[in-house]
Amino acid sequence: MYKLLLCWRYLRTRWIALASVISVTLGVATMIVVNAVMAGFSHEMQTRIHGILSDIVFESHSLSGFQDPKWHMEEIRRAAGDSIAGMTPTVAVPAMLSFQVRGQWVTRQVMFIGIDESSHAAASDFSRYLQHPENRRQLSFELRAGGYDTVDSQAETPGPTRPALEGAGWPHRRMRVERERLWRERQEAQERAAGGPARPVDQQVDAVLAATAPADIRPPAGETPAAETDADAPAADAARKDPFKTVRPDEGRTMDPAKEQFTGIVPGIGLASFRDSTGVDRFLVLPGDDVKITFPTAGTPPKAVSDTFTIVDFYESKMSEYDSNFVFVPIAALQRMRGMIDPQTGIPSINSIQVKLKDGADLDLVRDQLRKAFPAELYAISTWRDKQGPLLSAVDMEMAVLNILLFMIIAVAGFGILAIFFMIVVEKTRDIGILKSLGASSTGVAGIFLGYGLFLGAVGAGAGLALGLAITWNINRIRAAVEWFTGERVFDPSIYYFFKIPTIVHPATVLWIIAGAVAIAVAASVLPALRAARLHPVEALRHD
Amino acid sequence: MTDRAKLLEARGVRKSYRSGGGRLDVLRGVDFSLEPGGFVSVIGQSGSGKSTLLHLMGLLDAPDAGEVWLGGERIDDLPAARRDRLRNTAIGMVFQAYHLLPELDALENVLAPLYVRYSLAAWLREGPAARARARGLLERFGLGERLHHKPRQLSGGEMQRVAIARALVAEPRVLLADEPTGNLDEESGAGILDTLSELNRRDGLSIVLVTHDQVIARRADRIVRLAAGRVETV
Repeated sequence: MYKLLLCWRYLRTRWIALASVISVTLGVATMIVVNAVMAGFSHEMQTRIHGILSDIVFESHSLSGFQDPKWHMEEIRRAAGDSIAGMTPTVAVPAMLSFQVRGQWVTRQVMFIGIDESSHAAASDFSRYLQHPENRRQLSFELRAGGYDTVDSQAETPGPTRPALEGAGWPHRRMRVERERLWRERQEAQERAAGGPARPVDQQVDAVLAATAPADIRPPAGETPAAETDADAPAADAARKDPFKTVRPDEGRTMDPAKEQFTGIVPGIGLASFRDSTGVDRFLVLPGDDVKITFPTAGTPPKAVSDTFTIVDFYESKMSEYDSNFVFVPIAALQRMRGMIDPQTGIPSINSIQVKLKDGADLDLVRDQLRKAFPAELYAISTWRDKQGPLLSAVDMEMAVLNILLFMIIAVAGFGILAIFFMIVVEKTRDIGILKSLGASSTGVAGIFLGYGLFLGAVGAGAGLALGLAITWNINRIRAAVEWFTGERVFDPSIYYFFKIPTIVHPATVLWIIAGAVAIAVAASVLPALRAARLHPVEALRHD
Repeated sequence: MTDRAKLLEARGVRKSYRSGGGRLDVLRGVDFSLEPGGFVSVIGQSGSGKSTLLHLMGLLDAPDAGEVWLGGERIDDLPAARRDRLRNTAIGMVFQAYHLLPELDALENVLAPLYVRYSLAAWLREGPAARARARGLLERFGLGERLHHKPRQLSGGEMQRVAIARALVAEPRVLLADEPTGNLDEESGAGILDTLSELNRRDGLSIVLVTHDQVIARRADRIVRLAAGRVETV
């Protein structure tokens, strides 16, 4: 009873001891904030990685892949059918993407991935990352008439808008074709002008250019959107019947680029745009533009072939590694162009199968089941975690190191408590003697100081908890305030692709931090408490 | 060896301290006894060992040789827990420097031995009665108005009266007073001595009073004189 009372009285009359736990408070608060932010980042990254890679990836070692996806999928289902929710075949090859920006050719190295429109969405979060609301619902490789998102659909708070996407789609394509035609006519007119005056044509070109150029994205005057849709309808219908039988320039007949498209592709948004320092996305090409892609055929030795494709949407996973590397295309088109379809049997080849598992299925267990069922010489079977192992373990490592460092701070605070407690024991020597003369036992006296340490630890950790949670929950407001105050960007969205700092508070982590801090405070009070317990009552009473 | 007529006894106790390089023999075989209801003064020069004798009998220290008996039971060789318990229940001590706890007010200081005795649960049960008893003691000593004053707000005489009340609240079998008037002016000192005498006479409290002052010592029934660590008969 006296222990509690004296602890409480000492706590109330010795504010200096509370000062010693401020470092505990700060340490706990920092640990909570750092862990929340790191967990937020790590979670965000994992969902993004997982969004691209399905749960388990079944790949062949060779670029030309393996034949007969159907048979393979049946085998996979036989090996681990209970836990499989969906599967989709893909073909992935390295490729080169080229497009023209203001007369200059821009070339990028990409991963060209053929996906099955109908089943791909079931195996990964792919469609969630597209820019057209209809494509997010059901992916289509046909160019849309418009209606692309002009704001980031994934941002919880509205980020910078993308006005450039407003006219993307058929209007943009038609306008580009029109401008190219006018440009050609002007060139021809100029050539003709070498022989005679060609003013009327020239003036006409200038007038159209003047009408279209400022309102970059609007259809030319006189052409109402309704009329436009009607005009498109036959072409769009034709394309919908067989998206892969789009008109090809090498098929001998001329196509009308204003009404028809090449094979549709969905490149990562990072390939087509860049984010400037104000966080606004600037686009080099838009849905509706044509690009060239060069890729290897499946034969031996592989030959490089080129083809023209039409961008129909952008893919934005917010993992810049993927957004600036992946280009998606219908798998059948890619198989045909690469010569992956057996001419005799018509059976296609693929080089990987994406497997999605049911909720709660054990990732590693299914992987091991599949590894047992297929020869390792031919197939590489890995979970999405395996594939991003180095990245994920690097994040875990960072977190571990930070936690150790921050815990050191709390340990340093522990030594502060130790020093102050020693002083308090010396100051209270006579009181300890009095208590012993009144019959208090040595363990009882030690208990006072241990309890005091526990109190201080709990108060420090509690204050740290409150502070830490307050910072975590308001971190974006704090960031904004710091940015406003210093005039510098603390958290640059062009680097992280998030508009706000993600945070996750794991109660278990918080509990561990608090328990650790309290334990350190108690541990720091053990030595002073022992010293107090060992004091000889007579000498303690004589102490002034 | 039990002698029912003796409440508190020291039999041939010796105590020496190491000081510097040498050995200081404070007590060289002292016999002392207190009968129930007795009031004995121990008198001697500074350094004669009278305080040490009191500490040994109050179980604050252990003798190098010899025995301490309380109520027919040897107490100096008991395990620490039993000795703590005896200090708490059977022995009341009053010191020259009052030795009140500065964080507690007068009433709480008086209750301190009971705080030590009871667990929190027991305190919830016993607390009200204990508080009433402590309040009664303080009122009896004329401190009814000062129950919630901290020691630093009290005069020397008042502090010593609080200390006596604290020594009595546990209803001990013997009160050991070590120079209780040493820090007080004559008037306050006389008041304290009157209180002790009254406790002895009216309540039959057994008291050992250590002092260096002949006049004060005479307030007791019997005087034991210590010199150079031995008892001189008077």
